[in-house]
Parts: sequence; structure tokens; C-alpha cells
Amino acid sequence: MSEMIATRDAYGKTLLELGRENPRVVVLDADLSGSTKTGLFAKEFPDRFFNAGIAEANMVGMAAGLASGGMIPFASTFAVFAAGRAFEQIRQSLAYPKMNVKIVATHGGITVGEDGGSHQSVEDLAIMRALPNMTVLCPADGPETSAAIRAAAALQGPVYVRLGRAKVPVIFPGGCDFTVGRGATLREGSDLTFITTGLMSAMALDAARILEAEKISARVIHLGSIKPLDVELVLRAARETGAVVTAEEHSVIGGLGGAVCEALAEGFPVPVERVGLRDVFGQSGTGEELLAHYGLTPAHLVEAAERVLKRK
Amino acid sequence: MLTETTVRELEETALHLRVDILKMLNAAQSGHTGGSLSAIDAMTALYFHKMRHDPSNPRWEDRDRFILSKGHAAPALYACLARAGYFPSEDLKTLRRLGSHLQGHPDMNKTPGVEVCTGSLGQGISQAVGIALASRLAGKGARIYTLLGDGELQEGQVWEAAMAAAHYKLDNLCAILDQNGLQIDGEVAKVMNVGPVGPKFLAFNWHVLEVDGHDLQAICRALDDAEKTDGRPTLIIARTVKGKGVPFFEHKASYHGVPPSDDELGRALEHLGHS
Repeated sequence: MSEMIATRDAYGKTLLELGRENPRVVVLDADLSGSTKTGLFAKEFPDRFFNAGIAEANMVGMAAGLASGGMIPFASTFAVFAAGRAFEQIRQSLAYPKMNVKIVATHGGITVGEDGGSHQSVEDLAIMRALPNMTVLCPADGPETSAAIRAAAALQGPVYVRLGRAKVPVIFPGGCDFTVGRGATLREGSDLTFITTGLMSAMALDAARILEAEKISARVIHLGSIKPLDVELVLRAARETGAVVTAEEHSVIGGLGGAVCEALAEGFPVPVERVGLRDVFGQSGTGEELLAHYGLTPAHLVEAAERVLKRK
Repeated sequence: MLTETTVRELEETALHLRVDILKMLNAAQSGHTGGSLSAIDAMTALYFHKMRHDPSNPRWEDRDRFILSKGHAAPALYACLARAGYFPSEDLKTLRRLGSHLQGHPDMNKTPGVEVCTGSLGQGISQAVGIALASRLAGKGARIYTLLGDGELQEGQVWEAAMAAAHYKLDNLCAILDQNGLQIDGEVAKVMNVGPVGPKFLAFNWHVLEVDGHDLQAICRALDDAEKTDGRPTLIIARTVKGKGVPFFEHKASYHGVPPSDDELGRALEHLGHS
């Protein structure tokens, strides 16, 4: 059994390390520092932490101003408020001017759980991906989150990082090199390819093991960088395996599945099955119940693989 | 020092800037006339008297900053920047043209001297708050100025920013309200009354001053007063006239987003003594 770490916890720790390494790193939050884990930074660096209160629009604007003044701001809140409520501030004050601000949105997807559909962002990747100049990252586990946060800090320009509330299995136990725009082949395979992001990548590995027993060879590619997309890796997988299943804790519209389909349609069309929320909002329940209810489990990935193989 | 000569020179500069604004808007045949003319006196006081800045080094670290939160008054900003020497005055006639560095609304990545991108109302003041925080963190003595429209106060984000500026005791921040009383759909008081503005900002724990926004001496004194204020941001309510300086544009909401025609330009320049 893998170790379980919530990506938000890895974020909190990494942010604290960055704070110790670089005095230009500043952090903003909108009254959720306990949940987003920016509170760790706030405790050690109270002068470089700015609580905007429950005012996400102004938080993003302040972050832009801090970046304009030479700081490297990380601004955090839940994904539903970051990409939703503060969307136009992210567009005008960050993306349009290419401002060096990192929006790290926690509580993405349905594994937010009991708070229900109002708090479960299923559209943030699509929204952020549509913005010119925006880099969109969605790490799979704790170690990759640490690497992604460091990569975001090193990158000059706006970055949106989507993290989760729930503990998820570690799939990069030795840590990982994170390069923006590069995917990672987690497992080789020749009959089809799972192309996944966030917590679905661990599930794709489980699904590939189940398929192996059925003598089906599934490749698993994890894309921690949704934008820029590793188009070369995606097209190679399509050429070599001839079928693709995408999976994400997000709507099937406009996120990873959308991005992969765009790349394949233009570069090398093959049958695709998209696993994700089928154009619906979430609801209250435990994270595990919701993943099962909305079809985001290894068993569902196996079914999607069997469907796509029939279309080859 | 604010001598009578200085005031006279500033008034002369403001007159030239009005001419520049009208000419560039006429050349573009698109853009915001009324709100540029109402704001220009306060901006004249900032760019040609109050602010420490260096047009030959737009990114000078210790400079004071000006954020045009009402970004649609870009012609007023461009007129100031050109006259201050950030770029050649000839560029002004490329306003709003394809490929020009003078965008319809201010763009920090295109125009030398523009600090941030504005145009979507309410966002400039938040950025000014962030810049004021950064300036304090960096231990710089820079002052941060932002100019708002009174219609802009209808944006909730302005009040979020006002709350934050007072919370963080940003006495290096000074907002100037270009209170011309008009917005696109008509009188601010009738579209969505934002008043009483002074008491609202006082209640938000700001230092509030009120001046005739076309009296350069009064504006400069208010800016000095703001600089001496400890522990609180300052709001200068500048009572202005939309379209100020050109009688047939004054007090008219209909000239919010309309440039002067050739005929109107001719008559306006004649009135300003620049025909």
C-alpha cells in the first residue's frame, strides 16, 4: 500500500521551504489558510503573509500588485472561488499582463466531499486553460506537488496549480523532476494508453494492473502539466497504442480530456474515451463515495479501456 | 515648493495636455473624451509636480507609482507620459490603431511608463494596494497613487480594496476620485448612487480630503497633506466636470465614449486657444 499524502499538505510544506529560501516569496489567502495549508507559511513569516479576508477578487489584485513590486506571490483559496469568483481578476490582472503570480487552488474536484456541489470545482481546469499566457498544473501526488510548486516559483509568469483536499496515494515515492509542459510515462504498454491527471493517475496504474491480468497491455501517461500540454508524448502514445482513455477529476468538457482530444484530432486521430464528470455538478458525500458514484475508479477505467479497444 | 509660478506652469501644461487628448481622440475616432478631460488636472499635478519618476528609466526601482484604475481615461495617461518624455508625442496619433503601443486601455507590457494593465473597473485599486504592500516590504519610500472614477465605485472590488488598504494601514497609498458625477448610462446618482462617498471612506478608516479637481493649487496641497498622513490611506475626492475645458462637452454623459469629430476638434482647439 502506498503512502497517502494530500497534495495541499505537500504544498504547505513546500511553500514554507520556499519562504525560507527566497525572501521575495509572499503568500496571500482568503480566510482559508488552515485548509489551504498556507497557514504554515503565515506562522513563520507573518510579515510576508497577507490575509485578504473573504474577498477573492481583491486578493488576486493585491497579488498582482505585489508581483509588480518584485515579489513572487502565491495566492490560495479553494478552486471553486479562485477560478470562479476571481476569474475576471485572474484574466485582467494576471494573465493579460503576464503577471508573476501563482494561484494555488486547493479543494479541486469532487473529493472535497461533504461540502457538496457548491464547493466542488469541476470546471476550473477548462476555465484556466482557455486563458492565454496561463500555465495550468495538476499534480498527482505529494512529491510531485512539491516539485510542481518549485517549478511554478521558478517560472516567470502566471501559473494555476490545482490541488486536492483528500489524501491520495504517492506514485512518485522517490520524488520527481517536474518540467512544465512535460508528461511522465508511468508504465509502458502497447494496446491502449491511459492519459490522466491529478489523483486519477494512481487509479490508472491500478486499472493497468487489472487489465494486465486480462492480457491487455495499457500504457499510463500522467500529465501534471495540462497547459502547456506534452503534445509530442500524447501523439506518440496514440501512434504506438492506437487508443486513448483520458481520466480526470473534472468535467469531461474542456479539461484534460478536452485538451488531449484537441491534440489528437489535429495530430493523430484515434478512438478516445473520456472519463470524468459527464457535464454535471457534484453533490455531498464522502470523497470515495463520490468517486464511485461519478465513475472515477479503477474499475470504471477498465470498462472505458474495454470500450475503446472495441473501437480500434 | 508650490509657488504661484509653479501653479501657472502646471495650468499651462494641463491646457497642452487637453489639446493632446483631443487631437489623439480625434485621430483615433474612438475612445473616452469626457473622463479623460475631467481627470487630466489631477494627473498633471502628479506627473509634473508631485511624483518622483524618471521618464528615461521607467522601471527605476524607487519611483512613485501611478495606477489609472479608471483605465478608459488612457488618453489622459498617454498625454502625460508623452509630454513627460516616456515616448515621442508623435506616437499619440497611433492611439487604438493596430500594432500601436497605445492600446485602448493601459497595457504595462506595451507602453513605457504604464505600471499595470487596467480597464476592467475596480482592479486598479487592488493592484495599487498590492504595490503599496510590496513597496513597504522592500523598504522603499515610494508613494502609490491611483485614480478612480465615481462610477467605478459601484464595483464591489473597490470596497474590498478600500478595506484592505485601511487594514494594512497603507499610508503610502493615495487614491484620487475623479468625481465627475456621470457614467455611460447617465448620472451616477441615478444609475446607482455611490454617495455619500466621503463618509463611506471615513467609515472604512481612510483619511478623506475634498478639493476642486480643476484647481491645481488645491490638488497639489491635498497631495502634500496625503503624504503627511500616518497610519491611514488617503482619498482625495476631486470634484470635477466631465469634458472639462471644452464647453460643449462639459457635463455630458453622451461624450463618455465618443471622440471629437473634425468640426468639434476645431471648435475645441479654438476655445482652448490652440487653433
